[in-house]
Amino acid sequence: MNKLTPKERMAIERVVMPELPADERSRNFEEVNLGLSENQAFEEARRCLQCKNRACVAGCPVGVSIPEFIDALASDDLPRAANILRGDNALPAVCGRVCPQETQCEARCVRGVKGESVAIGFLERYVADWAMHHPDRLLRAELPPATGKKVAVVGCGPAGLTAAGELVRMGHGVTIFEALHDTGGVLRYGIPEFRLPKEIIDQEVAQLTELGVVIECNVIIGKTLTVAELREEYDAVFVANGAGLPIMLNIPGENLKGVYAANEFLTRVNLMEAGRRPESATPIIRSREVAVIGGGNTAMDCVRTARRLGAERAMIVYRRSEAEMPARVEEIKHAKEEGVEFVMLTAPLAVTATEDGWVAGLRCQMMELGPPDASGRRKPIPIPGSEFDLPAGVVVNAVGTNANPLLTATAPDLTLNKWGNIVADENGMTSIPGVFAGGDIVRGGATVILAMGDGKRAAAAIQEYLKGK
Amino acid sequence: MFNVISNELLAENLHKMVISAPRVARARKPGQFVIVRLAPGEERIPLTIGDADAQAGTITLFIQAIGASTQKIVATPAGGALRDVAGPLGKETHIANWGRVACVGGGVGTAVLFPLVKALAGAGNRITTIIGGRSSRYIILADELAPLSERLLVTTEDGTLGSTGFVTGPLQEMLADPERAPQAVFAVGPVPMMKAVAELTRPHGIETVVSLNPIMIDGTGMCGGCRVQIGGATKFACVDGPEFDAHLVDFDGLSDRLSSYRKEEAARHAATGCRLKEERR
Ligand SMILES: Cc1cc2nc3c(=O)[nH]c(=O)nc-3n(C[C@H](O)[C@H](O)[C@H](O)COP(=O)(O)OP(=O)(O)OC[C@H]3O[C@@H](n4cnc5c(N)ncnc54)[C@H](O)[C@@H]3O)c2cc1C
Ligand code: SF4
Ligand code: FES
Repeated sequence: MNKLTPKERMAIERVVMPELPADERSRNFEEVNLGLSENQAFEEARRCLQCKNRACVAGCPVGVSIPEFIDALASDDLPRAANILRGDNALPAVCGRVCPQETQCEARCVRGVKGESVAIGFLERYVADWAMHHPDRLLRAELPPATGKKVAVVGCGPAGLTAAGELVRMGHGVTIFEALHDTGGVLRYGIPEFRLPKEIIDQEVAQLTELGVVIECNVIIGKTLTVAELREEYDAVFVANGAGLPIMLNIPGENLKGVYAANEFLTRVNLMEAGRRPESATPIIRSREVAVIGGGNTAMDCVRTARRLGAERAMIVYRRSEAEMPARVEEIKHAKEEGVEFVMLTAPLAVTATEDGWVAGLRCQMMELGPPDASGRRKPIPIPGSEFDLPAGVVVNAVGTNANPLLTATAPDLTLNKWGNIVADENGMTSIPGVFAGGDIVRGGATVILAMGDGKRAAAAIQEYLKGK
Repeated sequence: MFNVISNELLAENLHKMVISAPRVARARKPGQFVIVRLAPGEERIPLTIGDADAQAGTITLFIQAIGASTQKIVATPAGGALRDVAGPLGKETHIANWGRVACVGGGVGTAVLFPLVKALAGAGNRITTIIGGRSSRYIILADELAPLSERLLVTTEDGTLGSTGFVTGPLQEMLADPERAPQAVFAVGPVPMMKAVAELTRPHGIETVVSLNPIMIDGTGMCGGCRVQIGGATKFACVDGPEFDAHLVDFDGLSDRLSSYRKEEAARHAATGCRLKEERR
């Protein structure tokens, strides 16, 4: 079936992801990427050269068996493709949508050297979505006999979900404690519906609960229960409570009505469904002009959300240039297609006010790029006399987050670094025996896949730890 | 699901609800609150834990039904359930024995004050409690507060109960009398009331604590929506508060931010009000 010569493989062009038209999607919250058709996926899979040295795999933080699952797909054996993929990656339908493949597996892909890399992310999504729609055709892994050991997981984001999935498959009893009323962490409250439909999180979570993972929402570790209490009741604890504490801009006018931190803006719309479903009781302030400060994924998500809430001018205000933006290329491209304005080399000096205390706009200053700074990116330098006003009725601060101290404040034995992140070794082990940690609470704001990698490694380390008990 | 054990109407629009929430009841300290979400699609609403019974596994909430969301919460009868109750959140009240303490409550703030009075009395303070409202119908918890207080003073704006005027009247008299002047003041109520109390005690340099009620979503320090200015610095009321040194609070900024959704709230209130009427017909 899959017997093509390398030359034949090389002749196939990279697939283009079908998308909702920009003018249509910028007015609703429907998913932008529609997913590949069966034919497209099959053709794309045939582009893979099945390299022996598996360069792409080395670029994947969880080491997904990429050529193997692609080969199964090209051989039209979707159950096998799904099985390979799901064995390596607990949340493939999520990763296929939000992973920055262009800097990971696809950046290493041999085909990218002289042309375009294999669309590994699109194929991952295709196989994962197929699996989701064909549960009856998947190979069911038998759970090992119960070990009688109990593990507590703090936080229901990608790190916590991954660890829980691994641990339950090892036969341990797993309970996830989540502070919010719903699952998914940033996947639910941060990343918008148009990039990651919430239904996908529901399905991934349902698979875990079917395996026996217990999820208890509305439990804030550090408040409702402490880490010490968990240590008493459970044989091990995995802490994955994320990095959700907004960094303030510290400029005048930041507390005016209409100024949001990105987390609040996104949580209102994503978790609370404000402006998205008419029956949501949670309000959101809308404006014809919205300025979002920052250049990362979060900023793109905010500005594209603002556009969908009806902003005619939805603007990214960023103090460096587009080349330095940390956001994914795809996100920047999508934002532009949707009519987002990019106000580059511009730093906000103050939020200006109307007479009755609402946002009137941003007082800005133009910047130019100097030599590289500590982060290796060129440092923005203010241009004197270049101040100008940008009108806006809503301003969103998307400059970043710090570690949330709620949990760590009540666990004095937990060693933290100077930014308040939990210190953990490569296996996720912390300074407290039996307490492991991973994801954003250890790394600071990182990525879904790195958080998942941490969850996977910590689960293996917990397994070792429990054997020794 | 968190079961509603009882639901009593204490005064116009003011309900006392006892909820089964064993973990919260066990962990809770005076000054802390919970976030309640009645059902999917509903708002997350912060509510002070008025009292708790760790043994019975229950917490008591005093809820003034002023907005559409709180009205729906208090409409849940005993035997019903609240979908989400998360807590206890916020810092606990710093309780010490100051000696003479004035506790000032306005409107539903009196309910927030109640656990503080209880804890302060437990620590041996001699307490003058001053509670006020628009008229006698809005005076709550007087019977519960009286046995904990050395003196209980009531003020109403229309004179239907106690002395006519605002809670600041009796407080001012206390401050003016060296024999009765308190060593510490706790005030909870509408923002203008707390601001007025802060201004009264400021010249005397008396330690004054207020409990703030900004708009919140998560209550865990994640969203930044509850930020308040304290002594020129940004604090998150849900993790750094809700109680703060009254002399450092930017009350004007707080009341301004509290009005952020007035338009949306009015619209929703009107909508649900109409629906209720239709259902009745
Ligand atoms: C808007 C936005 C867009 C992003 N886009 C991308 C993207 O496209 N691709 C990508 O790879 N990464 C992206 N990221 C980053 C990525 O989402 C995070 O790196 C990842 O979610 C971290 O996972 P985590 O499991 O460590 O934490 P989180 O996802 O933050 O989950 C932590 C969970 O713990 C809960 N919690 C917190 N404190 C407590 C407590 N005390 N007790 C109990 N529970 C607690 C939280 O409520 C939360 O549910 C984005 C981030 C944001 C904010
Ligand atoms: S590097 Fe590219 S071509 Fe080679 S196996 Fe991986 S995906 Fe296929
Ligand atoms: S309510 Fe979100 S940070 Fe306080």
